[in-house]
Amino acid sequence: MLEAIASRGKIRRMFGALKVPVGDNFAVAGLIIYVLFMLTAIFAPVLAPFDPTEILYSTDYELASDLLPGQEGHILGTTSLGRDIFSQIVFGARSALLVGLTAAFMVAFIGTIVGLLAGYFGGWIDMILMRLADVAFGIPFLPFVIVISAFLEPSIWNTVIAMALVLWRDTARVIRSQVLTLRSRGYVEAARVAGSSDLKIIVRHIAPNIVPLSLLYGSIAIGWAILTEASISFLGFGDPDSISWGYMLQDAFASQALSRQAYHWFIPPGMAIIFVVSAGFFISRGYENLLFPKLGR
Amino acid sequence: MTTPLVEVENAQLHYKVGSAVSAMFGLPSVVKAVDGINFRLNKGESVGLLGESGCGKTSVGRLLVRLEEVTGGSARFDGAEIADLKGAELRRFRSRSQMIFQNPFDAVNPRYSIKKTMAEPLGNAGIAKLEWHDRIIKALELVRLAEPEQYLDRFPHQLSGGQLQRVVMARALILEPDFVVADEPVSMLDVSVRAGVLNVFRDVRDKLGLTAIYISHDLALVRYVCERTIVMYLGRIMEDGPTENIVRDPLHPYTQALVAAVPTPNADQSHEPLPIGRGAPDPRNPPSGCVFRDRCPKAFARCAVDVPLPQKIRNRDVACHLFDEAM
Amino acid sequence: MKTSSFQSWAGNMNEPLLSVKDLSIAYQVPGLDVVAVSRAFFDVPKGAIVGLVGESGCGKTTMARAFTRIIADNAKITEGSMLFDGQDLAKLSEKAMNDLRWRDIAFVPQSAMNSLDPVYRVEYQLNEVLRGRGGLSRAQARKRAVELFELVGIEANRLRDFPHQFSGGMRQRVAIALALALNPKLIVADEPVTALDVIVQRQILDQMRDLQRDLGISIIIVTHDISVVAYICDRTVVMYAGEVVEDCDTKTLLSAPLHPYTMGLKNAFPDIASAGSGMLTPISGAPPDLARPPSGCRFAARCPFATDHCRAVSPTLRQFAAGHSVACHRADEAVVLRGKAENPATWGEMA
Repeated sequence: MLEAIASRGKIRRMFGALKVPVGDNFAVAGLIIYVLFMLTAIFAPVLAPFDPTEILYSTDYELASDLLPGQEGHILGTTSLGRDIFSQIVFGARSALLVGLTAAFMVAFIGTIVGLLAGYFGGWIDMILMRLADVAFGIPFLPFVIVISAFLEPSIWNTVIAMALVLWRDTARVIRSQVLTLRSRGYVEAARVAGSSDLKIIVRHIAPNIVPLSLLYGSIAIGWAILTEASISFLGFGDPDSISWGYMLQDAFASQALSRQAYHWFIPPGMAIIFVVSAGFFISRGYENLLFPKLGR
Repeated sequence: MTTPLVEVENAQLHYKVGSAVSAMFGLPSVVKAVDGINFRLNKGESVGLLGESGCGKTSVGRLLVRLEEVTGGSARFDGAEIADLKGAELRRFRSRSQMIFQNPFDAVNPRYSIKKTMAEPLGNAGIAKLEWHDRIIKALELVRLAEPEQYLDRFPHQLSGGQLQRVVMARALILEPDFVVADEPVSMLDVSVRAGVLNVFRDVRDKLGLTAIYISHDLALVRYVCERTIVMYLGRIMEDGPTENIVRDPLHPYTQALVAAVPTPNADQSHEPLPIGRGAPDPRNPPSGCVFRDRCPKAFARCAVDVPLPQKIRNRDVACHLFDEAM
Repeated sequence: MKTSSFQSWAGNMNEPLLSVKDLSIAYQVPGLDVVAVSRAFFDVPKGAIVGLVGESGCGKTTMARAFTRIIADNAKITEGSMLFDGQDLAKLSEKAMNDLRWRDIAFVPQSAMNSLDPVYRVEYQLNEVLRGRGGLSRAQARKRAVELFELVGIEANRLRDFPHQFSGGMRQRVAIALALALNPKLIVADEPVTALDVIVQRQILDQMRDLQRDLGISIIIVTHDISVVAYICDRTVVMYAGEVVEDCDTKTLLSAPLHPYTMGLKNAFPDIASAGSGMLTPISGAPPDLARPPSGCRFAARCPFATDHCRAVSPTLRQFAAGHSVACHRADEAVVLRGKAENPATWGEMA
């Protein structure tokens, strides 16, 4: 349906300007999922029937724990501590998307700037920046995030920072090689001969060809970021004050969900993660088609 | 005596290749794209830079518009060392010295309209926006694009090769430069279109009194455009003189081979084997002494030892030991 | 085995090796058919070098590719025949055609130097043809490879090299060696020397002449450069907008052409041997859109001698003199027209 709307000229042009990839079916599906999750995250207080951290009691002064889905108005049941699972999922969307989008933005931003500078100016700038990238490549990702969380207090923002410090390396590499190619294009040289300053050349001739690539890597980074956050929380290094899907999984694990066959404890958060991360990769497919239109057709 | 507009003295452009390790193994570590070039250009002269791939002609052109900088020797424009220019002086240089590129489809940003492409140099030079439209139209008329208004909002892919190359020329000329380097401007164009573009080039050059360097591997084209020719081989100048003389009476053995090699549209042209050895010039491993000696039919002992210096023979400079006084 | 240009080892001396009759090739683009080659007629004699000349878009590459039937998927031979050694290439099954490829007819594509696979040694690629198609044993293939390299003038010890280790000119020779591998009767070369420096170009052209002289093979050279044609071709076929407009021996073509397009072509090419820098006179205008060809003569719009009759009725290719065909209504007046054509002003009026 989105496609039907998008095929109307004006909207398509607007999407085109924003480089939103509406050409691919998967990408559109990914976008829909994203929009749904974003709406969920924004309207979480309205959608969630209960406070996710609140320990609930059922009417007769008993812990409303271990309730099955559907019982006593809990759509997905409750945890062993008496917290409503559905509300947790809803609020979990917030931290997932917050982490995902922030980290992805920082990764894309840092990576692009580094790649641009290294590729365009070359020389010792290139050398220093690429050696930094080499170091970043050498750092084992998850252990590093854990260590950062251990040194600083475990919070969402520290996770994001840790990710941004390491994950920019792929983007930087790719952007750099793209810039190197562009730099030797005739029109870039012509701009130099015409007297354009470096900044002008970067902004007018190079950046427009780089942006789709940044967005591609950015959208891939969203998936990784969410997965990382979930992993960190699952391992117990996440922010204990915020409810995230990873935290829900950790809680389920700690409460021996499998042996108790309490599927409603871990399947909902697991599915949520799968959906959002996959959606991120679907969107990146759309960019791939934007960038390399002849692949696979 | 007026200062020549362009003065190149023992210019060198060496690129480092390989690593410290490969150098230890004796593998070539330097590519000598330009290796000791000397020439002068007076205002209004049109010189052809003639040679085959790998001879360094494109590098010389790039040096003169500061897309590269000399690694040795000197290249001066209007008395000032090109590689040392900065700030306002550099900006002024950029408006006086321009380049026409080989591949028109590569030389313009495919996302820009023709108007935007042509406006770029105007913006850089600080020309008032009000004047842009008129200047662009004038430049397009200069290159004989009929009804220039129609091209303003078009995009490169909507123009033919010949039309786009004229746009590239117009862009180079819009600030009325003194000096233009044309790097094989018609080699990527369809043959039927070349004559038109070349005629425009000649016309414009005469009208604006341009000093021009025309880079090509095609002697027939150089002859059509330039009254003086410099023949290059492996980064060095072999012969430098009036084009007509070089074509009719080539002195340097390389020039002789070049002239003999050009086919003509005549059925009874000579099919004599060329007076040149097989082999491809390799700028990584040039021969010692005279760089042409391993293919030269007239090489002798001295050629391997001493680099021949240019000598004035008849009305040309020839760098060849055959003409040494001692002989 | 040495044969001279116009003798033949087997068969009738006058029988052409390849005879193209009424050939039409069209590209099927959604909605319409673009006729790239329209009713072409010409012959390629045995042991001759024939040039196929014209500007881009005239159909020469399409036709050249049709000889080995490696045309695009959406291109079809819609009518006519190509008689090669008694067989009609247009009607052969794919299998039969495949048997002919490399063995009887070989194709050297444009920019052949880029068509060598960079990850395989040259010897390996030669063997693909020699052993894979030719069925030679390893020892025979080795011997033949050395022979071939000698033929095209490359040292045999370079067989083990990779394509990137060769210069552009040498890669072109390798491509020619590949084409010669199985001793074909006909080689079709699409712009074989266009991208090469002038000295290398001359050496390759000389090589091709030697091959023709020593092996008696016929070569079709597709080119836009009339000087190349003048240097090496015995006969020349001039194409314009998908049609053959003139077909004769090269000497006559250059000294006494019948078609105005040919007359104009000469003026557009610089002649190094001529005195001074005479003006290059381009033929102004552009070829017609082949999707919507004009009803009369296709060259009429750019021809300084066009009459209303020319614009209304399309001239057919007819034999004007022995071995000289032309498609022009005013061919009888050629002597006078030639005189006018030499004056640049005649062409300038069309601008």
